[in-house]
Amino acid sequence: MVLDARDISRALTRISHEILERNKGADGLVLLGIPTRGVGLARRIAERIAETEGVEVPVGSLDITLYRDDLRRHPARGPQHTEVPSGGIDGCTVVLVDDVLYSGRTVRAALDALADLGRPDAVRLAVLVDRGHRELPVRADHVGKNLPSARSERVMVRLSETDGLDEVRIAGRPGEGSEQDGERA
Amino acid sequence: MRKHLLSVDDLSLDDVNTLFTTAAEMHDVQRREVKKLPALRGRTVINLFFEDSTRTRSSFELAGKWLSADTINLTGKGSSASKGESLRDTVLTVASMGVDALVIRHSASGACHQVAEWVDCAVVNAGDGTHEHPTQALLDAYTLVRRLGTLEGKHVVLVGDLTHSRVFRSNVGLLGRLGARVTVVAPPTLMPSGAEAWAAASGFALSYDLDEVLPKADAVMMLRVQRERMSGGFFPTAREYTVGYGLTRDRLATLGEEVPICHPGPMNRGLEIAADAADAAQSLILEQVSSGVAVRMSVLYHLLAGEGASA
Amino acid sequence: MTDPILIQGGSLLGGAAADVLVADGVVAAVSTTPGELSADGVRVIDADGLVVLPGLVDLHTHLREPGREDAETVRTGSHAAALGGYTAVLAMANTNPVTDTAEAAERVHELGRQVGVVDVQPVGAVTKGLAGEELAELGLMARSRAGVRVFSDDGRCVQDARVMRRALEYVKAFGGVISQHSQDSSLAGAGACCHEGEISGRLGLPGWPGVAEEVIVARDVMLARHTGSRVHVAHASTAGTVEVLRWARSKGIAVTAEVTPHHLLLTTEELLGYDPTYKVNPPLRPAEDVEALRDALADGTIDAVATDHAPHARHDKQHAFGDAAFGMLGLETALGVVATVMVESGRLDWAGVARVMSHNPARIAGLGGHGRPIEVGEPANLTLIDPAASVVVDRDASASLSRNNPWHGRTLSAAVHTTVLRGVPTVLEGKLA
Repeated sequence: MVLDARDISRALTRISHEILERNKGADGLVLLGIPTRGVGLARRIAERIAETEGVEVPVGSLDITLYRDDLRRHPARGPQHTEVPSGGIDGCTVVLVDDVLYSGRTVRAALDALADLGRPDAVRLAVLVDRGHRELPVRADHVGKNLPSARSERVMVRLSETDGLDEVRIAGRPGEGSEQDGERA
Repeated sequence: MRKHLLSVDDLSLDDVNTLFTTAAEMHDVQRREVKKLPALRGRTVINLFFEDSTRTRSSFELAGKWLSADTINLTGKGSSASKGESLRDTVLTVASMGVDALVIRHSASGACHQVAEWVDCAVVNAGDGTHEHPTQALLDAYTLVRRLGTLEGKHVVLVGDLTHSRVFRSNVGLLGRLGARVTVVAPPTLMPSGAEAWAAASGFALSYDLDEVLPKADAVMMLRVQRERMSGGFFPTAREYTVGYGLTRDRLATLGEEVPICHPGPMNRGLEIAADAADAAQSLILEQVSSGVAVRMSVLYHLLAGEGASA
Repeated sequence: MTDPILIQGGSLLGGAAADVLVADGVVAAVSTTPGELSADGVRVIDADGLVVLPGLVDLHTHLREPGREDAETVRTGSHAAALGGYTAVLAMANTNPVTDTAEAAERVHELGRQVGVVDVQPVGAVTKGLAGEELAELGLMARSRAGVRVFSDDGRCVQDARVMRRALEYVKAFGGVISQHSQDSSLAGAGACCHEGEISGRLGLPGWPGVAEEVIVARDVMLARHTGSRVHVAHASTAGTVEVLRWARSKGIAVTAEVTPHHLLLTTEELLGYDPTYKVNPPLRPAEDVEALRDALADGTIDAVATDHAPHARHDKQHAFGDAAFGMLGLETALGVVATVMVESGRLDWAGVARVMSHNPARIAGLGGHGRPIEVGEPANLTLIDPAASVVVDRDASASLSRNNPWHGRTLSAAVHTTVLRGVPTVLEGKLA
C-alpha cells in the first residue's frame, strides 16, 4: 500500500489548491478527466474547488482511445465517453486529470484529442501518481505523489467510484492483482 | 468481433452492444466542428461496388474518412462474368494493392461470402443481392434503440417486398436477437419462399393484412418496392399495392404518434409510403441516414483498429 | 488382336464366383470350376473379392469438345469415364458448335474412336442450335456413321409443346428417343440458380420450384402417349416427377428416366456456404426429394443412373453463386456414390447396379454392344469393382481437366478396379492401362 484513502484525499485537496493558486481563482477553468479513473478524480477536485471558492467548475471527460498510438497492438476496444462541458473549451484553461502518469503517451493522445475539440488558452496536467519512466517530453503540473518504481512493477489505483475503495498499491510482478487503468502506458 | 462482417449472424449480442456504444461516441463526433478521428490512420479501405448505391457508398466513404482511413471507391457495373474476368480475379487484383478492408456491394447473394474465402483482408458486406445488408440492419436497430430506449419486447413491423429485400433478411435476424417481436407483412407473392417454416424456426410472425397489424406496432419499417416487380406478376398495379400495403395518410392516422417510422431508402413516395408519413414528426428516416455513418464508423473501427487487422 | 484375359474368381454381378475368359473382344468362356480355363499367352487378372459387372454406360455426359477444350476434351473425358468403370458414354449436344448435324455427330464419334478407351456415342440436338424452334436434322444424324438414337437439347428444355410433339413423332421412324431436360422456363426465371424453398428464401437466392420440372414431365408423358413415341426424362430430381413417372408406367406409356448420383445424395443444405461447386441444374433438392428418388431407382420407376458430368473451367466457377456456371463432375465418382447410397443401404444389390448403370442405359440408348449379360459370345465390355474399398475423393487426382468436384474430401464406398472395352483393358488396378 502506497496511499490509503486519507492520503488520496489529502493529495487531492492539495492539488485543488495548487490549481486555484496557479490559475488565480476558478475563472475559466475546465476539468477534463481521462476515463476511467481520471473522471472520478476530476469530479472530486471540482468538489473541493466548490468548497473552497464556492464556484462550480465545469467537469467533463476526454476519452483518448481513438487517439492512442498503440491501437494496433491490442484487440480493438471501444471508446469511452467523451463529454465536453456545454460551454466548450475555447479560451479556457483545461486541466487534464488522470490517475497515473507513466510513459506520457496517454497525455500525448489527450492533447491530440483536445485539439480536435477546440482551442483552450492553456492546458495543464494533474495526476494522482507520477511513477516516472517517461517516453515523451511530458511533465505534470500537479502531482499527488511521486512514486519511483521499477518498470517491472505495477501501480494499481483503486477509487471508490469504480472499485469500491480508495487506495494505491504497488505490486512486484505482473499478474498480481487485476489489470488496472493506472497501468496504461 | 469476427474478422469479417458478412451477415448479422456474424455478430453476438455483445458485439452488437459494443458496436452501438461505439457508434454513440462516433455520433457525437459527427456533431463536432472537427469530425476527424485518427483511429484508422494508415489503413486503406476500398469500397468495391459492383452495383450502384450512392447513399451506402457515401456513408461508408465518410465513415472511413472521418476515421482517417484512406478510402477509395471502385465501381464495376455488371457482373465481372460478362467481362470474362472471374470475381476472384477482380477482388484479388484489388486486394493486392495492399488493402485492409474491402467494403463490397454486389448484385449476387453470397458474393461477399465468396470474396471472404479468397482475400486476407477484412470484408464488409454492403449489400449482397437479395441476401443481407448487415450495416443497414445495424443502423436501423441503433436508430430505434435511441428512440425507444430498448428493443426488448417491442413489436416491430416490416412491410414490403420481402422476397427481394436484403434489408428484411438482415433486420429479421438482428431485431430478434435484440429482443424485439417482429411481424413481417407482404402480399403472398412477395413473401420469400419457405417463409412459414423460416418464421416458425426464427420466431417472427407473418401477415398479409397490414391494417390488422399496424395498430399493434411499436415501430414500423417500410421497405422499398420496385415498380419493375409488376412485370414479374408480383402485384397487379402500383395503386393496388398502395391500397393494400402502403403506409398511406389514413394508415398513418391509425399509428400512435410516438410510433417511429423507418425506411431504408430510397423511397418510392406515394407507392409504399405517403409523403405525410415520410415527413411526419415520428419519421426517423433522416436520422437513419446520420446514424448510418456512425454505425459504419463503429464497424470499421472494430474490424480494423486492433491488432491482427492488417492485410 | 490383344492377348486373351482370364478374370479369375470374380463374383459375377455379385453372385457366384467364376472365371471369365476374354478373347477376340468377346467373352470366350465362363466357368465356375476354378482352374478350368486357360489360353496361350493369357493375362490373368486376380478378381478374388471383386464384383464383375457389364461395362457401365452413361446416358448423360458433357465432354465439352468442340468448343470448351479448356474444361474437358473427348480424351480427358474418356479417361475419366474409363476410370469410373464406363465403357460407353453419351456425349451431350450442347457443344460449340452444337451437335445438330450429321457432320458434327460424326466428328464427336470419330474423336471418341481415336481416343478409344470408351465408346463415345453422340447425342444429337433436338432443335437447331438448341434454340427450341426448328427441328435439327434428326434423320441425317440417325443415318450418319455415328448412328445417333438419342436426341436432347440438354441444358435447355424444349419449351414449345408443338416442337416437342413433332420431335417425338419424327424419331419414331428410326427408333429414336427424346431425352428432355424438363424445366419450364417461365417458372424458372432469369437469374434462378437453385431450388426454390426455405433455404433459398433465407439465402436470398432466386430459385425455381420442383413444379417447374414436374409440369414439363407431365406434359411430355402425355405427348408420348399421344404420339406413341418414347420420351426419356433426363436427371429427374423431384418427388413429384417420380409420382408422374409412376402414373405413366401404370398406363403403359413409353417413358424412361434417369437420376444423377448427386441428386441421390446431396441436398439443398449444401447451398448454405454459397459454394458454386454445388450449383447444378437441376438444382440440389430437399431431403424428401432425395428419398423419393432413391426409392424410385430401387423399385425401377427410374431406370438408370446418369452422371450429367459437367466440367467447367475454374474461372467459370469462381464467381458469386448466382453468376457461376451450372454443373458438377460425376464420371469418376458415380459408381462410388451408387454403392454408398444404394448398395450399402441394401436398396440395390450388384445385379441391380448392373441394371441401372449398364443394362438399362444401354437399352434406352440403343447401344447393342453394351449392357449385355456376361455370357459366352457377348462383347467383352466389363467392369471389375472392389466392393470393400473405401475412397476419400481427391479432386486433384482426377483425369478430368476440371475441378468442380462436389465429392472432394468425402468418403465413398467401392472402387473401380478394372475396366475392359471389347476385350482390351482400359483401366487396371484403378489406373489407366
